[in-house]
Amino acid sequence: MLFEALAIGGLGLASALGLGVAAKVFAVEVDPLVEAVEGALPGANCGGCGYAGCASAALAIASGKAPANICVGGGPEVAVAVAQVMGVEVVYREPDVSQVDCSYSTQIAPLKYKYDGVQDCRAAALLAGGPKMCDIGCLGLGSCVKVCPFGAIRIGSEGLPVVDPSLCTGCGNCEKACPKSIIHLTSVTRRILGFNANYNCLAPCQATCPAQIDIPSYIRAIGEGRYDDAVTIIKEHNPLPLVCGRVCPHPCEDQCRRGKSEEPVNINHLKRFAADYEMNSGKRIQPFCLPKNERKVAIVGGGPAGLSCAYYLARLGYAPTVYEAQPHLGGMLRYGIPEYRLPKKTLDWEIQGILDLGVEAKMNMGMGKDFTLESLRQEGYEAIFLGVGCWSSRGMRVEGEDLNGVLPGTDMLIDRGNLKDTPVGERVVIIGGGNTAMDCARTCWRLGAKEVTVLYRRTEKEMPANAIEIEEAKHEGINFHFLAAPTKLVGENGKLTGLQYIKMELGEPDASGRRRPVPIEGSETILECDNVIAAIGQFPNLAFLEEDAAANDLAVTKWNTIDANVDAGTTNIPGVFSGGDTVTGAATAVEAIGAGRRAARAMHRYLSGEDAEAPDNWVHGPKELPMVTQTPDAAPAGRPRAKMPELNVAERSGSFVEVELGLTEEMAKAETQRCLQCGLYCYRHKDQPYEAWKWERKDNA
Amino acid sequence: MSFGDYMLFIVSAILVNNILLAKFLGNCPFLGVSKRMDTATGMSMAVIFVMVMAGMITWLVQYYILVPLNIEYLQTIAFILVIAALVQLVEIVMAKSLPALYRALGIFLPLITTNCAVLGVAIININEEFDFVDTLVFSLASALGYSLALILFAGIRERFMLIKMPKAFQGTSIGLVVAGFLALAFSGFAGLVGGH
Repeated sequence: MLFEALAIGGLGLASALGLGVAAKVFAVEVDPLVEAVEGALPGANCGGCGYAGCASAALAIASGKAPANICVGGGPEVAVAVAQVMGVEVVYREPDVSQVDCSYSTQIAPLKYKYDGVQDCRAAALLAGGPKMCDIGCLGLGSCVKVCPFGAIRIGSEGLPVVDPSLCTGCGNCEKACPKSIIHLTSVTRRILGFNANYNCLAPCQATCPAQIDIPSYIRAIGEGRYDDAVTIIKEHNPLPLVCGRVCPHPCEDQCRRGKSEEPVNINHLKRFAADYEMNSGKRIQPFCLPKNERKVAIVGGGPAGLSCAYYLARLGYAPTVYEAQPHLGGMLRYGIPEYRLPKKTLDWEIQGILDLGVEAKMNMGMGKDFTLESLRQEGYEAIFLGVGCWSSRGMRVEGEDLNGVLPGTDMLIDRGNLKDTPVGERVVIIGGGNTAMDCARTCWRLGAKEVTVLYRRTEKEMPANAIEIEEAKHEGINFHFLAAPTKLVGENGKLTGLQYIKMELGEPDASGRRRPVPIEGSETILECDNVIAAIGQFPNLAFLEEDAAANDLAVTKWNTIDANVDAGTTNIPGVFSGGDTVTGAATAVEAIGAGRRAARAMHRYLSGEDAEAPDNWVHGPKELPMVTQTPDAAPAGRPRAKMPELNVAERSGSFVEVELGLTEEMAKAETQRCLQCGLYCYRHKDQPYEAWKWERKDNA
Repeated sequence: MSFGDYMLFIVSAILVNNILLAKFLGNCPFLGVSKRMDTATGMSMAVIFVMVMAGMITWLVQYYILVPLNIEYLQTIAFILVIAALVQLVEIVMAKSLPALYRALGIFLPLITTNCAVLGVAIININEEFDFVDTLVFSLASALGYSLALILFAGIRERFMLIKMPKAFQGTSIGLVVAGFLALAFSGFAGLVGGH
């Protein structure tokens, strides 16, 4: 034991001696300041400050390269001690440039923006799932001003950054520095191709709109009298504002946050107001288009999906050609929606606007008959979009469907679209409860039928038609027969004389959540009538696929729709895309517009040699937002929703003049004040007057 | 050993048995001085220098002091003592006689005094029963492996400055996560060289 201790001790002594001698012989003058600083530092050599050990940190502090509070291991006492050595004072200072994950929001943001219930909207967003960034609620710190190398940004009179476009080079420094992701770089291509992503701050209406229109921005533009801007904002995402302003079932209004405490904002009629303003002003407000690249793309079907796809492709610089089997463009907008809801003149004006962007149209060209996929490819079309819609009516599958006087619902509307009147008798029965059934009923009434009855197998509550359509039909004296299903069509000498129906009652809910109607045995009743019109559903007519060898392989679902990716429109044949009713089954114009845009994006990416699939973070619909179940202190409260002026019923009979007249400028402006200009969780409160409620949003430039 | 054997030996020490990412020695400076590329490079140079020096001295201490005196079980304490004294000595001498080199390396030297990678290499040298030349080569190769890992890591961490990082991940947290990934990546070299 003693020996070992001596051995190690000797080794230690030898080392110490060596060091001692070396220290004497090789002594170096050290700056006393460095030594003093080093003495004040903890000496842990942890390296957390970024310097290699306390000695080098002391050197850096003494030479002024590092601040006195650089030590992360020692805490504030060490900082004070070092500062004393250096003869400086430790005070709290705002950072020059705000940090990326800035946490000022709870202290400063409420001055500019009021969060609803929760202190920080990002915390709330995390509870709702997924990362969120707020693009409203600038803190006014001016980080963007400081990092801009070109001096292009200044803080304006409202305390918000203002960009001088002539100096901006698009370097993106401001975008990186902004602690709240409010400043965004954007470009035309980005705006056309970008989808609403789950990290964007989206108002509920905007998140719901299938076309992803920036609703709060255009409502604000109308409110400030900037009608041109409003049209531009709408056309960024919707090529058919005149149409949608008239026929859209406005799912956005169902999600409107004001609707939680009173009636929702009349979003759709504000859109119509802006669109009508453009049409009545006589000058077209066209969106920005990229320079033409002369690459040819074919669009089969001139309905809303095809027109939307052509519109976005034209804006991206392509040369789209629309092939339409009917004599006019518009698809179901022309041949499905009656004149009194959407005048053909208005539709023509809107379609002309799309054609003016450089879209070519070829009418009376049926696929499989006048051209095929192969012939399109040979003509040099690099990508093909199939938007053929749902044009075949579903049959009633009851006895007597071949009797004279039984009509498929779409046929009559198509005839009307071609300005032909279908002769109808005095008593007409419409089967079905959707918008097509309402259109048929109201058209028959206008064509002179005295007694129009709608037969629907469930109750009014379950009707899929828009509430306003049902209400207008009632105003026009249409009879409704709920809980009744046709069982037989009866006739004499091949001519229809009546319809036998059975009464139903509601049973257990089915897969769609609606209660399933169950027939009541023995309740069959005969209803005398001259015409029966079946409007119980439509499906795509894909007969052309069989006549087209190249399209034979196109995958089709069991519902006879094209089997395409709903998010990107891609089919199993590369370069062939599809969207709208052709893929989803009969749906709304605004959904077809959204599908057309998604397909245009996929086609652009396909033609650029990129992956055509859709990004997985785009917002498909409203997200459940917990905590916002009511809107207390919404400003201004108690103002009624603008009511659309209408033609009175006496003037409607026998005429197809448009029923809805459009909001007046005064009404529209008043209605914009009801908009809460929501963010993800926040909305305009009572104590914030509208006039003071102005901020720059990223994408309305 | 032939030249080919030495090559295998070196590749094995740098990649397969990387002292940092496979043996997990010397993690403290690995996290501490990897924030900037220039400090990481300086640290690497100092490690190469000290590891080779320490490898030689400890080999001599082992075979000329501990073994003759029959006190091999005091290896750890003796090595620590010798390495610490050596590093200090080198620092003092360098500060006076080679001020330029001292400014480049010297400030990193005190950090290495307590670096377990240096001690680890010294002990491995003995455990593997290397002769003096093997010790020299192995110490140098291990130090090169250490430098490679440290510089790679610093390069990655410098890029973190440019991105938006959630607060919870900032600093050492993401450093640890990335260190784990690097170790995983290096584990892909396992089996590259048979034997070791």
